[in-house]
Amino acid sequence: MTSIGTGYDLSASTYSPDGRIFQVEYANKAVENSGTAIGLRVKDGIVLAVEKIVHSKLLVPDANRRIQSVDRHIGLATAGFLADGRHLANRARDDSSNYRDTYRQPPPLKEVISRLSMYVQAYTLYSSVRPFGVSTIVGGVDVNGPQLYIIEPSGISYGYHGAAIGKGRQLAKTEIEKLKLSELSTREAVTEAARIIYLVHDDAKEKEFELEMTWIGDETNGLHVPVPKDLLADAEQKAKAALENFD
Amino acid sequence: MDHFPLSWGRPRNDALDAFNTYPMHKRPTHHDTFADGVQRTQQPIVTGTSVLAIKYKDGIMMAADTLASYGSLARFKSIQRLHTVGSSTVLGASGDLSDFQYIQSLMEDLIIEEHTAGDHHELGPAEIHEYLAQVLYSRRTKMDPLWNSLVVGGRKDSKNFLAYVDLLGTTYSSSSIATGYGAYIAVPLLRNAVDGRENTLTEEEARKIIVDCMRVLFYRDARSLNKFQISTVTDAGVTISEPIQLETTWSFAEGIRGYGAQTQ
Amino acid sequence: MQTVDMQQLKAGEVNLGTSIMAVQFKDGVVIGADSRTTTGSYIANRVTDKLTHVHDRIYCCRSGSAADTQAVADIVHYHLQILTQQSGSAPTVATAANVFQKLCYQNKDGLMAGIIVAGWDKEIGPSVYNIPLGGGLFRQPWAIGGSGSTYVYGYCDATFKDGWGKEETINFVKNTLALAMSRDGSSGGVIRMCVITEEGVERLFVPGNELPKFWEGEEVLGKPTKIIPESPAAPMEVEA
Repeated sequence: MTSIGTGYDLSASTYSPDGRIFQVEYANKAVENSGTAIGLRVKDGIVLAVEKIVHSKLLVPDANRRIQSVDRHIGLATAGFLADGRHLANRARDDSSNYRDTYRQPPPLKEVISRLSMYVQAYTLYSSVRPFGVSTIVGGVDVNGPQLYIIEPSGISYGYHGAAIGKGRQLAKTEIEKLKLSELSTREAVTEAARIIYLVHDDAKEKEFELEMTWIGDETNGLHVPVPKDLLADAEQKAKAALENFD
Repeated sequence: MDHFPLSWGRPRNDALDAFNTYPMHKRPTHHDTFADGVQRTQQPIVTGTSVLAIKYKDGIMMAADTLASYGSLARFKSIQRLHTVGSSTVLGASGDLSDFQYIQSLMEDLIIEEHTAGDHHELGPAEIHEYLAQVLYSRRTKMDPLWNSLVVGGRKDSKNFLAYVDLLGTTYSSSSIATGYGAYIAVPLLRNAVDGRENTLTEEEARKIIVDCMRVLFYRDARSLNKFQISTVTDAGVTISEPIQLETTWSFAEGIRGYGAQTQ
Repeated sequence: MQTVDMQQLKAGEVNLGTSIMAVQFKDGVVIGADSRTTTGSYIANRVTDKLTHVHDRIYCCRSGSAADTQAVADIVHYHLQILTQQSGSAPTVATAANVFQKLCYQNKDGLMAGIIVAGWDKEIGPSVYNIPLGGGLFRQPWAIGGSGSTYVYGYCDATFKDGWGKEETINFVKNTLALAMSRDGSSGGVIRMCVITEEGVERLFVPGNELPKFWEGEEVLGKPTKIIPESPAAPMEVEA
């Protein structure tokens, strides 16, 4: 980055002369270093999948999850600083719960996203705070059907049919674009998501990773829950097989 | 503060309004034992009457009628007073129904919080009961009670649970529980039928006990309705029935004449 | 010793001793109200409009303290405007009812408000919600409220049928309110009604001198009870 050292990158409250906020761009770097996370919005639901890099063999398997629940019907996957991700998930839970208390109905995803992205955006305004070092994929099934969004460290949010963030996002996006998302069932999407995560994982750099996957749809009764163990194992097996054919 | 369960749903003062002629909102209702005291808390307004519950072989069974009273007016006739909490608990409420709706939203928040924790733990009936006891006790301590008698029943890890908590934070556990009028009329009948047989009663037998008590309550509780729901919690989970019409007997009355010696 | 609290309303407060009603039908809802506002037994306003707009297709009928219910309706109106701007679409009747309920429940110690919320939305279609004194929330196919309503529960139970069209529903509301107004001293004046459908809100008006008429009885005491025939009865014929 050529602008490093010009002094405009020390605070989120200062623009550079060409109109950039470097602290926000650095936050994006934190996201780019993270294990890949993807989300698929298909015919009858949402699938979230994360390539969780295991940096120590001493870690408990399945612990330190990077996909969290915001509400019954909303899941959230982050790439970047795990702790920032947890903080955002907590904030999203509060937003969701407040909406419920006021209107006594499950919040539409759009509402949670607009509130959460306003919160993220607020952290790009002040010199006393740093922007969040995470991009967040938020998926859910509400009255309007399956919905999928990404919130970036700048606070911007977009809705997607398929989403990918983190290290392997470019390749993942290319793969997702090949899918016929509107025709896929969530069960099929689980297999595809597993395949993509295995595909984008770079063996040369990181040895170990765990595939973490959740889904929301008719099969889960509209609940955001982890993909059942047997289905996950099956998807992983197929992913490995597909990878061998790919090579 | 008249918090005695018998006064629930009966705010009308018969000495002043014997023929129920005042429009409800103008009725002189506030008859406070500590009238000259300093604190005005609320009073129940839209109310539900008794809840019954017993333990049986496979789990617990609970019943409540579907009436929401407004004083002596039977205002809403198909209101559900049994509420599922999580996957192994049912909550039955008598007393103020706006407070019960608030409690339902508390339960909703609690269950969602538990779901989002994602730790594969689930709250069972014992935890729900303890939580409610803390909430109700703290509210009465703030002189702003949630005007309910609640029954919490459930079955988790193959263990039956049945307990009571009320607006004062009073709690107890028993193999048969009844609130409101049921506490006076149904409890002796339930104890007689259930005590010592908690582990042998079949669902069919339990159902008969409950229905028989609901019938007695319908005969003697002027704020009750002949339409009710039965809930069970077993290893298979929670069920709440569709409203059941109570079968009652009146034919014996046809031949009754006068009030003493009269014969025709 | 029991004492009586006659101070349910603050001294001199304006009271909507009222008859209000809302009924849903296939395409929408019909809401209605009388027009009497009293302070004690004095009619402060004989042409009140108790049908209050809170959103394009959502109205409420107010009963209880005029001041309290107006304040609550104003606050809900404000919330719904904000919500519409934020979400980009019209709120549901359920949402409006929940906002009303929350205000009534949380301020139950200070409010005298019995409110019926009714309207049409694109998610559920027509719906009617009743929020009585304590701040509970009850959805009903038809709802009545206010002091006059207690006189017409039986009439409504006996008359209401599912599946009515617009005209039948309007007649039901009109007749119920006329009956309530005729028995309740705190209700009277004219009948105002609104028909709320997807297409819009139609106002209907029944002047006080054109209310549906029902049996009113007549004075019996003091009138002759026996009918005296004009001519004396002819003597019975006897066979010869």
